[in-house]
Amino acid sequence: MIKVENLTKRYAGQPAIQDLNFEVGQGEIMGFLGPNGAGKTTTMRILASFMPPTSGRASIAGFDVFEQSLQARAHLGYMPENVPLYSDMRVTEYLNYRAALKGVQHRRVAERVGDVKELCGLKEVEKKLIGTLSKGYRQRVGLADALLHEPDLLILDEPTIGLDPNQIRQVRELIKNLGRQHTILLSTHILPEVEMTCSRVIIIHKGRIEACDTPENLLGKIRQAGGVVLEARVGNDNGAEELKKISGVRDVITDREDDWKRFSLRVESGVDVREEVFRLATDRHWAVRELTQRRATLEDVFVELTHPDVV
Amino acid sequence: MRKFYTLLSREVRSYLHSPIAYIVLVFFLIVSGIDFYFQVSFMNQRQVQYTAQEAFFNSVFFWFAFVLIFPLITMRLFAEEFKLGTIEPLTTVPVRDWQVILSKFFGALIFYIILWIPTLLYFAVFLKITHQPAAHSAGAYCGSYLMLLLLGMFYVSIGCLTSVLTSNQIIAAVISFCAITLLFFLGLVQFILLDVSSATRDLLGYFSAIEHMGTFSRGVIDTRPIVLYVSMTIVMLTLTYQAFQSRKWRL
Repeated sequence: MIKVENLTKRYAGQPAIQDLNFEVGQGEIMGFLGPNGAGKTTTMRILASFMPPTSGRASIAGFDVFEQSLQARAHLGYMPENVPLYSDMRVTEYLNYRAALKGVQHRRVAERVGDVKELCGLKEVEKKLIGTLSKGYRQRVGLADALLHEPDLLILDEPTIGLDPNQIRQVRELIKNLGRQHTILLSTHILPEVEMTCSRVIIIHKGRIEACDTPENLLGKIRQAGGVVLEARVGNDNGAEELKKISGVRDVITDREDDWKRFSLRVESGVDVREEVFRLATDRHWAVRELTQRRATLEDVFVELTHPDVV
Repeated sequence: MRKFYTLLSREVRSYLHSPIAYIVLVFFLIVSGIDFYFQVSFMNQRQVQYTAQEAFFNSVFFWFAFVLIFPLITMRLFAEEFKLGTIEPLTTVPVRDWQVILSKFFGALIFYIILWIPTLLYFAVFLKITHQPAAHSAGAYCGSYLMLLLLGMFYVSIGCLTSVLTSNQIIAAVISFCAITLLFFLGLVQFILLDVSSATRDLLGYFSAIEHMGTFSRGVIDTRPIVLYVSMTIVMLTLTYQAFQSRKWRL
């Protein structure tokens, strides 16, 4: 559905993205991750034909986004970052306007606008001026707009930013359901969201793709898969030093809670050190009130790939 | 065509939603009303060689209000979309760039025409009270309003161009105000600089909006200004189109 080849974009000589290559297949939900300024929005804007790449090619549904921009745009529902909207229009009025611009057949406009309002929960604000809407509702208007013409592909630039946890959950459900009929490319900072919704993930850093895989495979690949948390009263012992001696432990971080201490152990992948930790605790007569293994999350992958010095 | 109509109706409606449109409308009605009142009372006091209609369209007041309205009605056209970022959803739907530009141009032009409609009332009132027409013939009205339309097209297209160059409405307004005023004064050069050669004065005379209005308001339809303003409008809109497309240049 999306095909990107050697895509490069420079702003005044400064590369924003360099030699991106990826494909998104029909029906996939692709997560696009990266720190601020990594080039996510630039890539999405190029795909939406908002600006051209400096070099390289990108196509949507087989149409080049630059050469055959109109056809490419017809297959695309795009929700830009921060969702710019005309504040002097009412919600229904705006959606009608957008539907006409997107070439929705005249007799189907009312039906489509009704459908997307229903889907995005905009019924209660349909007569309000967009300028008076809260951030969450504006976000939903943007999403409704992207869905109006039933596009094959949705590109959503940070669809859940600025929403409260309930709204995030709703939007996540919505995206999951949409993924049954649409191909979706979405960017976000909220990593659990990607883990729950996306079938594949691209991690982009400083304009380059660092990883492109399913969330499960990414978790398997990183150097340290999760860790162990130990909460214990260690008396006069230097707990962190003792724990570091266990083979497989890469690093220990200590948090103090009155005389209880909380140790977070970073562990090499594939090693379970809980038994060793337990043995150490009994040998040294530490009182233990918690010993748990923490599963690696996409957050760890993200941090490892985009901030290698932290690990 | 349906997309163009959709864009156009959105443009016209956005004028009706904006306070600045009403401010311009009121300001314009006050100034043109005072102008008409002054011209008529002046004619009451002494013998003149021209009609009320000619006087109205050729007075200083009229030109003052005239050059001021264009920056005000065109400054927001593109600059506001750039500022608010709404240009992004607008240019990522399957709409052609020229549809966007022409819809903005005609939207502003329609608002400009709406500004002028109440002035028809002045002449109706004049006829009602004095039992005399304000002009020699219907042709004089047609000529005046035709020239208003031609000048309007040209100046609105200048406004389009300055608005597409910046995301700051004030900058757009200042540049178009300067450009329109300069063009206007170019036509005055022939009356002021008597030492320049007659060829230069004649040449500049071709650009003189005052002269054109003088001719047209007498009911004389000269094709030369029509060609000038229509072709200049096309040039300005082409430049606007190029500037709008510049975001798509591969740099």
